[in-house]
Amino acid sequence: MSSFLRVAWVVVKKDLTVEVRSLEILSTTMFFAVTVVLMFSFGLVVDGRPLNDVAAAILWVAIAFSGTLALGRTFERERQHDTLRALLLAPADRPALYVGKLVGILLLLGLVELVLVPLVGLLFNAPVIAQAIPLAGLVILGTLGFASVGTLFAAMLVRARSRDVLLPIMLYPMTVPVMIAGVRGTAALFQPTPDPAVAQFWLALLAAFDVVFVTLALWTFEPVMTE
Amino acid sequence: MTRSMLVMLALAAGMFAVAPWMIDAAPYEATMGLVYKIYFFHMPSAWMFLTAAIVAGVASFRLLFLKRPRADHWVTAAAELAVLFGAFTLVSGPLWARKAWGVWWVWDARLTSSLMLFMIFVAYTLLKKYGGPGSDKLGAGLALFGMANVPFIYVSVNYWRTFHPPTSVVPTLPVEMGIPLWYCVTAFTLLFIILLRMRARLEYQRERVEALYLAEDEA
Amino acid sequence: MRCRMLLLMSLLIGSASAVRADQPQPPADFVPVENAPPGEQIPAMPLLGAAYGFIWVGVFGYVWSLSKRLQKVEAEIAELESRKR
Repeated sequence: MSSFLRVAWVVVKKDLTVEVRSLEILSTTMFFAVTVVLMFSFGLVVDGRPLNDVAAAILWVAIAFSGTLALGRTFERERQHDTLRALLLAPADRPALYVGKLVGILLLLGLVELVLVPLVGLLFNAPVIAQAIPLAGLVILGTLGFASVGTLFAAMLVRARSRDVLLPIMLYPMTVPVMIAGVRGTAALFQPTPDPAVAQFWLALLAAFDVVFVTLALWTFEPVMTE
Repeated sequence: MTRSMLVMLALAAGMFAVAPWMIDAAPYEATMGLVYKIYFFHMPSAWMFLTAAIVAGVASFRLLFLKRPRADHWVTAAAELAVLFGAFTLVSGPLWARKAWGVWWVWDARLTSSLMLFMIFVAYTLLKKYGGPGSDKLGAGLALFGMANVPFIYVSVNYWRTFHPPTSVVPTLPVEMGIPLWYCVTAFTLLFIILLRMRARLEYQRERVEALYLAEDEA
Repeated sequence: MRCRMLLLMSLLIGSASAVRADQPQPPADFVPVENAPPGEQIPAMPLLGAAYGFIWVGVFGYVWSLSKRLQKVEAEIAELESRKR
């Protein structure tokens, strides 16, 4: 077990080290996410004021889009230097590699969300601070759900053709429950009278989704990545 | 095509040809009148859609975890049929709904789950077509994840109200409606089995062609 | 092969009955209109015709397409085999 965690940690450290040098993926993804939020805000303005109900939806759509981008870019980097094959050749537990990549993506998306959530709160007068804890729960579990499926698919697609467009094609239908749960839960928290019970239901669903899909991804990573 | 396949195909086609008479014989339904007769094709289509999805999921499991490379032929065949019968279901349903409920579409649990499952199989087909080598395993992973996802989609959408008629309609159908329904289910099932076999055979034959070309190159 | 199909069919029927088990109630405030005036009714025949038409075209179109693909591949196999000799 400890070697499993050690391998995962080594992968995380590697990704962090490479990223910290240039901050390329983090800064571009963050800017992209902000742009998405702004674009939607412009599109959904009525009488010069934003529709406050759409805050939840915009937040999650921005997370989905920027998440897809971050996944694509991270694995593109692996592909360019053929490091993924090197990783697979290493005598390491394959699922540990998956966990390592997953943690890296989570850290990246987490940082992006730290900017995104306050931005949405600002633009739509959403009670981001008042509902910070349940909101954080939703965002963390939702991002985990999204990233767990996304990391697997992005890794699978590294050697495929048309991988840029195939990733969202495969990923979005699969993460529909995450989006539904995330948006509905967040909307329940952003209502004029917040409904914590509803948010809790969606939190529970997200947790169940995460457990099932992380497990499934751990099982599937090995057979799918072998030639 | 082998003889037995041709016979089954002829039988299925024959049943289909006779179907309109059987359906015409069924009585008008109390509140929905004539339009409910779409049901006789809509429901078997939906069942075959679901069967195709399950076959694809099982074959994907065999491909990935039981290491049977030939299972890929069955995943491909089942996925294509899932797209076909899924299209039938998702087109006939709204046409019926337009009259029965007044709207083309509602975001209830069953409709949304069906639509998402359909999208997953369309994604599979695109992946197989444009993904290049190795996409058989990727596709199998996708199909498996799709299977696992259906309960989650269902539960998450169930939060909203549903307009879909309860399926308990089936056991309580009067005999005059039950007969055409089960006739159509039989016709569709027969059709599904024969199409699945034919489509899988196409994949097997393509594999043979590749092997023959390889043998030629080596010679 | 056949008993596999049988197994799968029973799986399907099993899952269909499981799905039947929990049925949410239609919303209380949805009141179906009975006997709407003829001007407001949507004519059924075009919808019925479109639904059946789509499925018929789909079935026969797919069977046709599949047959063509099979024929092409089998012709290719026949050619390759004759070339082998």
